[in-house]
Amino acid sequence: MSSYRDNPDAIRALVQDERVHRDAYLSDEVFELEQRHFVTRTWSFLGHTSQVPAAGDYVAVELAGQPLLMVRQADGAVRVLHNRCAHKGTQLVTDAAGNAGRFFRCPYHAWTYQLDGAPLALPLKSGYEGTGLTQCASGRGLEALKHVVVYREFVFVRLADAGPDFDAYFGGVLDAIDNMVDRSPQGRLTVAGGVLRNIVHCNWKMYLENINDTVHPVSTHESAVQAARGLWQGHTDDEPKPMAMEQILPFGAGYDFFDRMGGRVYPNGHSVLGIHFSIHSGYAQLPEYEQALRDAHGAERAQQILERSPQNAVLFPSLAVKGSPQAIRVIRPLAADRTLIEAWSFRAEGAPELLFERAQSYNRLVFSPMSVVAHDDVHLFESIQRGLRSGTNEWVSLHRGFDAAELGRGTAETNGTNELLMRNQFRAWAQHLAAGMEGAP
Amino acid sequence: MTAASAFDPTVLADFVAHEAALLDAGRFDDWLALYTDDGRYWVPLAGAAQADPHSHQSLAFEDRLLLQLRVDRMKSPRAHSLRPRSRCQHVLQRSRIDAVDEAGCSATLSTPFVYIETRGDLQLTLAGTCRHQLVHTEAGWRMREKRVDLLDPDRAYPAIQLFI
Repeated sequence: MSSYRDNPDAIRALVQDERVHRDAYLSDEVFELEQRHFVTRTWSFLGHTSQVPAAGDYVAVELAGQPLLMVRQADGAVRVLHNRCAHKGTQLVTDAAGNAGRFFRCPYHAWTYQLDGAPLALPLKSGYEGTGLTQCASGRGLEALKHVVVYREFVFVRLADAGPDFDAYFGGVLDAIDNMVDRSPQGRLTVAGGVLRNIVHCNWKMYLENINDTVHPVSTHESAVQAARGLWQGHTDDEPKPMAMEQILPFGAGYDFFDRMGGRVYPNGHSVLGIHFSIHSGYAQLPEYEQALRDAHGAERAQQILERSPQNAVLFPSLAVKGSPQAIRVIRPLAADRTLIEAWSFRAEGAPELLFERAQSYNRLVFSPMSVVAHDDVHLFESIQRGLRSGTNEWVSLHRGFDAAELGRGTAETNGTNELLMRNQFRAWAQHLAAGMEGAP
Repeated sequence: MTAASAFDPTVLADFVAHEAALLDAGRFDDWLALYTDDGRYWVPLAGAAQADPHSHQSLAFEDRLLLQLRVDRMKSPRAHSLRPRSRCQHVLQRSRIDAVDEAGCSATLSTPFVYIETRGDLQLTLAGTCRHQLVHTEAGWRMREKRVDLLDPDRAYPAIQLFI
């Protein structure tokens, strides 16, 4: 195995036009480089402002191995701080969420900080006179992230100073967030009901590429789908289904369905799968709610929102969005072979409670550690993580639908089973990782 | 009218122990038969603090239809995640009887437990308290609800393949 440190060309060589080298998934060294140069350079989803409604509210999140705090300020803004006392590195808070009151106080030596991180006070102040403390980072308070963008209450951060700006990075894929937010007649979402958290022993990129894999459900989810079909036998197609059946049965759609749903790729690894329809398109309609949306947003926009229920939009590399049901997955790499997957549900303010029930029900059926759908996915991801180590074939095939004309095309539409959506992720991954290693602006 | 002997604490605790033993033996059809038609299996995401299954998420909240789906899937040769097969062991503390309603033919029990699930070389240990809502029918005691309050329900978990 070659060394990747200080060798951006070796990183680029891991991604061929239609194949990815196994080291991208298996190598601890590549993972460390990703944490330092890729996650920091690109824009990651950190949280939603509804998690911190009141001044002093915070949530603790770890990104690229660094503990961070998303904090609501007294003036209503949301800031992100490094959760590290300027003195010796103690974490200011160790609860996952809470309220800091009017300031943070380090439990170790009682150094205090304003909610924006500015230094407030410390004991034995006279002992620091003439020591140079105020001239160095230790005297400047809690480090605040400089690159934080709140897009329709979704908080994104870029840890490094170098890297693309927010709008240039995400571009048109931000429509996926608009689509979900505008499902609220008031244009406002609230995170609700808690977060399902899964540890999967696979590389994070494997999980992320599967979000765009439309060819696996037929074989991967056969057992769950067959069991559901068996139980629903004898019912007619137009009979109203229990919500769980409405959500599980479409997993049994065939290759043709998934191919026709179509997909779109954007620069920087982003994608929307199911641009024409998806397994979420058949949920029962709600005439009163649809009228409320027309009243709030106008007929044209309401129509646009409702006719569009993509399978998944990926805001590479940390977020997968389902506008309907109002659910997101957050992808947090922990190690080369360990990934935290969170499933969050949203309540759309002003929309019927049924939509929130759909979000919770879908997440529970498909993304809970107890989900029989996820069980087969997770088993196979963990199986790949082992299987890939074997033999002289060092490559993962992403050939399906490859066409040399796709290279450098930018935004493009394709059929739903084309592995272009995955190739697009890996091309962006190699590009940004190598650029980060080179210290490119 | 249910005979008073049915409410004997030993009879009630034996039901809970039998229920866990069926799961440990992998006798899932027999286990399902212990439920009433409107029975449900519930693992709230907020554990004992959770008031209801709707305002907050659950790791599992399943009626007979979904439980049957889970059990039927396990019989499929294409249930990939069950290769190798998972096994489980419930270690129960003595059940406490929280309420009995002889007129309503019902009883509620709390049973602290340790649950171990193994798969290949891996082992997962969970702890918590099961809460059984039982009703007495012509066929004997049945579960209207089995609620599993985990000690640390919102932790990040690997796959939990069987029934806690």
